[in-house]
Amino acid sequence: MASGNSGESDGRLSVRIAYRTSNSFALEAEFEASAGFTMILGPSGGGKTTILNCIAGLARPDAGRIALGARVLFDSAARIEMPVAERRLGYVFQNLALFPHLTVAQNVQYGIAKVPAEERRARMMTMLESFRIAHLIARKPGEISGGERQRVALARSIVTNPAAILLDEPLIALDNATRSKILDDLRAWNAAHEIPILYVTHSPAEAFALGERVLVLDGGRILAQGTAQEVLATPRHETIAQVVGFENVFDATVRSIAETQGTMLCQLDGSTTRLEVPLGHAETGARVRIAIRAGDIIVAGERPHGLSARNSFPGRVESMRREGVRVVVMIDAEGATFEVHLTPGAIDALRIEAGKKVWLVIKTYSCNLVEPSVRS
Amino acid sequence: MDWSAIFLTIRLALVVCAILLVVGTPIAWWLSFTRWRWKFFVESIVALPIVLPPTVLGFYVLIAMGSNSPIGRWYQSLTGHGLPFTFEGLAIASVIYSLPFAVQPMAAAFSNVDRNLINASSILGASRIRTFLRVVLPLSVGGVVTGFVLSFAHTLGEFGVVLMVGGNIPGVTRTVSIAIYDHVQALDYAGANRMAILLMAFSFVTLSITYALNRRVWAVWPMHR
Repeated sequence: MASGNSGESDGRLSVRIAYRTSNSFALEAEFEASAGFTMILGPSGGGKTTILNCIAGLARPDAGRIALGARVLFDSAARIEMPVAERRLGYVFQNLALFPHLTVAQNVQYGIAKVPAEERRARMMTMLESFRIAHLIARKPGEISGGERQRVALARSIVTNPAAILLDEPLIALDNATRSKILDDLRAWNAAHEIPILYVTHSPAEAFALGERVLVLDGGRILAQGTAQEVLATPRHETIAQVVGFENVFDATVRSIAETQGTMLCQLDGSTTRLEVPLGHAETGARVRIAIRAGDIIVAGERPHGLSARNSFPGRVESMRREGVRVVVMIDAEGATFEVHLTPGAIDALRIEAGKKVWLVIKTYSCNLVEPSVRS
Repeated sequence: MDWSAIFLTIRLALVVCAILLVVGTPIAWWLSFTRWRWKFFVESIVALPIVLPPTVLGFYVLIAMGSNSPIGRWYQSLTGHGLPFTFEGLAIASVIYSLPFAVQPMAAAFSNVDRNLINASSILGASRIRTFLRVVLPLSVGGVVTGFVLSFAHTLGEFGVVLMVGGNIPGVTRTVSIAIYDHVQALDYAGANRMAILLMAFSFVTLSITYALNRRVWAVWPMHR
């Protein structure tokens, strides 16, 4: 495979696997991950953890090839299967798997037992300090907080100088502030080491915030991969739209096409609301699906004038609830319900409350045409 | 009080437990992690002494040790004397007899260890032996102690196998349970009672200590993630 050989000198991780289980779940994936964060995004049961397990050697693919730099970890054709202990990977499980009977110091030194004692201790201390857990050295995992445990698990993996790091939703149980602090520490570490980090998550926000590259995985297939912008800009399947975080997905019928303008007018099902959307491969009368991010919808207190946005129509606030630093507002526009995300400040300024009449403003290019997902 | 029988019994139980730790641990480890399809076959063989009458087991051990069997002849050529009716023969028979009592609690404890911890150990570069010694064994202390104590107590009280393989030679194979039987045969109920009470008290104290220790083992690691 020419594509597999190109990156093998620079520590790149290249993966091409097919994996089947007895209950007919099948996974097929092919991708490369270079230095930095590669996010694997998808719903649970989509095969994210299985990919990591195949790379680590905890699961055996039925076919394929996994290489890390010049080292071949697995190759079904050449009958190569490197033992787990020799793969030189860092893998932080979702449940962390810290050794409960060992102290933080013993946990972190576990993977560098062959290093001479003095150097071992120095490496451990450096790692504990860069993750700000040096004061926990004598404690056991049961005696420290969740965030501290995550740091210990990361330190234990990283202190071994792995050739790649696999993270399986390791920060899922943490609040946002703690999570972003830990990730900053991890980023700082990797700036000096430049190894591939595969980061599994089901949170689109996390994936697009962190990842240089994003893989969207569902039903055992990679639906999209590329930079965050590329993946977001080209939601070709409905499942991608859901996975990458379009809160609004509407079925609609094409009413008219303005070829020269590059737009078409679509009527939403069950509503008189019409949306102008970018021209797609559709004819008048065709059924399409439109996806809109809740953060892309503007709310106005009165009928707006002089806007470039082509879609503006009235609606009525149905309900609102606060989620962290944003407010999720549900707005009914003549039978179609839009989810809109606003800041608390905007809520106050517009005096938005349930039952209030407002205007919704949506740019044409905020309306993404998505294909209905292929059901197998 | 027949002190020689008491000391002999304790010596036998200790020797048997020591051998069982060495022999039983790898068997328990293998049983808890193998995916071999014929594993049940080995499990059945190990568990056989639980259901088999001790006399049946003792009978076959006696035959296997006898001068007509290859094992018996091999041992005789090695040491100059046969296995039956010796302390060594008795110890070997007792090891087989108590094997399930050592292996089953250990295997249960080993398989209770979170697979993620074992995987994490491998990923961190540890060999299987290191993983076993540093992760599996420390987290299975309760099971290992239970296995040790159960086989100790079980060896203390065995009767049928001892009678078949060891006979009744004072100071060599005459254990407490045989001595009690002798006292009863001689209608010395007071003598039988002294030894029986001793055996019962000892067993009760050992079991109490085990259960107490086991509880503390759990309390040391409240978190099992």
